[in-house]
Amino acid sequence: MTLVPPPPLTAGPLTMTDIVRYQGASGDMNPIHHDEIFARQAGFDSPLVLGMMQAGMLATWATDWLGAEKIRRFRVRFVEQVWPGDTVTCSGSVQREYEEDGEQKVDIELVCKRQTGGVAVLGWATFVKVRNGASS
Amino acid sequence: MVDHSSKGKSGDVFEMDIERGKIREFASATRSTNPSYLTGLTPVSEPTFLTTMIFWQGEAGNPWHEVAMDQKRGLHAEQEFVFFGPPPRAGTRLHARSSIADIYEKDGKRGGTLTFAVMVTDFFDEEGVLVAESKMTGVETSKAPEEVS
Repeated sequence: MTLVPPPPLTAGPLTMTDIVRYQGASGDMNPIHHDEIFARQAGFDSPLVLGMMQAGMLATWATDWLGAEKIRRFRVRFVEQVWPGDTVTCSGSVQREYEEDGEQKVDIELVCKRQTGGVAVLGWATFVKVRNGASS
Repeated sequence: MVDHSSKGKSGDVFEMDIERGKIREFASATRSTNPSYLTGLTPVSEPTFLTTMIFWQGEAGNPWHEVAMDQKRGLHAEQEFVFFGPPPRAGTRLHARSSIADIYEKDGKRGGTLTFAVMVTDFFDEEGVLVAESKMTGVETSKAPEEVS
């Protein structure tokens, strides 16, 4: 059975409220993501969005598709900075479907892009599939 | 500057409770309305939820400061979570240990040297079974020429 990806998840324009909500939830309170003065002193024009927030959105998109309980591996690489005001789009595609350790698995590739088309985050995930070929 | 001698150092074992309300809060922060995270008394946690170990790790459990990465030149490069079954559910008590698994250098595309540090955290359930692993890779860029005094 061929797995067809659902429509992309688009989020934005991302606001400081989105950032502080993620920071509070995750526990990463690095001021570079919400403190304008701190961010400027570190050499940035403004606070920058946490890469882990985009990673979380990629995971949201992927588990809506293939099932929250079916995920076995999730990896992201942070490529380009995301800024408040950006709109990001999360999507992905099937890399390969295979059998391993008696389980049907699927590897997918994930990408989170900015409105500029620039790649912000790349990702890779592995899910197990139920025996009849359904995805969740 | 990254301290290469930090490789192999471990933090103390720390406890981490997977909580229903925290899973719900995390879903909201990552734009998820998936019922898997929001219904029942013991929902499964999100793929990146173990990043909330920050609330549990404490100073003694966190060997990352031993790496001594320069905050102004340090970036989060990669993050990975591996699950040896479904991700942990609300109501699960985990025991975790973090260690500096690797430190290595690469030549940067724009010159200079990139120094990578990898912290691995293993999560065990109450029976001592390894249920998940988190791998954080940070990178420190070498000083930009204009910064050299």
